[in-house]
Amino acid sequence: MLSDGSGDWQPTAALDILKLRARILERIRAFFFERGVLEVETPILSSAATTDPALASLSTRYTGPLFPHGQTLYLHTSPEFPMKRLLAAGAGSIYQICKVFRDGESGRLHNPEFTMLEWYRVGFDHHRLMDETGELVMQLLASSLSLQAPEKLTYREAFIRHAGLDPHRATAEEFARAARDHHIDVPRRLRGHDDLAAWRDLLLTHLVEPGLGQGRLTFIHDYPAAQASLARVQPGDPPLAARFELYLNGVELANGFHELADANEQRTRFERQLHARTVAGLSAVPMDAHLLAALTHGMPDCAGVALGIDRLVMLAAGARSIAEVIPFPIDRA
Amino acid sequence: MATYSTNEFKAGLKVMLDGDPASIVENEFVKPGKGQAFNRVRIRNLKTGRTIERTFKSGETIEAADVVDMEMQYLYNDGQFWHFMNPESYEQLAADKNAVGDNAKWMKEQDVCIITLWNGVPLVVEPPNTVTLKIVETDPGLRGDTSGGGGKPATLETGAVVRVPLFIQNGETIKVNTRTGEYISRA
Repeated sequence: MLSDGSGDWQPTAALDILKLRARILERIRAFFFERGVLEVETPILSSAATTDPALASLSTRYTGPLFPHGQTLYLHTSPEFPMKRLLAAGAGSIYQICKVFRDGESGRLHNPEFTMLEWYRVGFDHHRLMDETGELVMQLLASSLSLQAPEKLTYREAFIRHAGLDPHRATAEEFARAARDHHIDVPRRLRGHDDLAAWRDLLLTHLVEPGLGQGRLTFIHDYPAAQASLARVQPGDPPLAARFELYLNGVELANGFHELADANEQRTRFERQLHARTVAGLSAVPMDAHLLAALTHGMPDCAGVALGIDRLVMLAAGARSIAEVIPFPIDRA
Repeated sequence: MATYSTNEFKAGLKVMLDGDPASIVENEFVKPGKGQAFNRVRIRNLKTGRTIERTFKSGETIEAADVVDMEMQYLYNDGQFWHFMNPESYEQLAADKNAVGDNAKWMKEQDVCIITLWNGVPLVVEPPNTVTLKIVETDPGLRGDTSGGGGKPATLETGAVVRVPLFIQNGETIKVNTRTGEYISRA
């Protein structure tokens, strides 16, 4: 395209912030080097995609040697599946810093491609990994923010504190009443519906999240089993997912699991998610057979977490939007 | 019926909300990493001027409002209506008190205003950001004062009252910011 004479060629991030970003990446690598965690790289392109109905994969096509008639390849939404194959192959604790891709996500805190730090710790459960995540983030932010010691809240405690209800027991009517009491507008498509996961997300985003991570890191853990994603589920009433999220200044920074290692359970979740995609009218995608084979072979007991680097830099820089910390967001890419 | 999906939301988009035309002021995409995406929208009802917050599930649609913004020249007021002319087509139309509202005090003949039309009827009249108006009444001030601090009220030819520096005199012409109602400079 010819120049339109506008300033759109210029970066949206100040050069000082890009320098801060480079320092943060350097310190992350030093942190893992000291702890003997191995840096790895896995493919961005995959013949399989995530089945999670909340994530939309971008796709492209390769044609050439090996695939003379062309092959659809999906851009990863996180490097989770190939990293788990490395764990199953005996790599030990590993980390990766890479670009990941999500269709349909753009806004103040979202860009369709963003930088993720993902790491796996063999022999850790999600509580030990929360502790390590806290240490890393506190170190990275030490020169920018003065924070109190991190806190851990269960998903239930966070909802009781900020929304005044028990997210595991509340009915759709009770979620609707809490929304009304807090003057939260309910989307037309949610009114009268008992999609409890969507109700929880409405109150989470509008009411709970803004109060999390004020002056300290807040870890939320023990998620409803329906939102387990790839975490182990501990049986009980209610059953709870060994999943956690990290928040600072109301911004979601990281998501981690005590990783599901059971191949049969993994296959069941893939199938359930593919069914949910069909019901929601989303495209069918191929599930990752390599991951299932690796889990069948055996993956060591481990916990893993993914942390958004752009949002971390935002918080370190005191920036309000992701465009202030990446040089060229999607509308200038 | 034209509609917009949440992906088309941006500031300034004109939509129908509860039967009234409205304008999106701010659109925020919110989504938990593993959860439902929403659009939190601040939206201004163009008939009442009230701004409210609404939330949409991403992917929902909303009816488009048949609203257009046009630049038109203000001609005169007949005591009931404000009359405007399209400087290209010479087409004329009249706006009532609801559309003009408080902006009446900035309206000077020949100035080019932005008229928001809904189904062809003027809904909102916005004067230029900066207008140049003559002072018809102000107390004589101290000639030595150039600081701009303090100031005094001055009545303008259109009836608006603004604070001006003490050195500004009756009969002078000044520039005023119509969005803030503040004096900018001598014209």
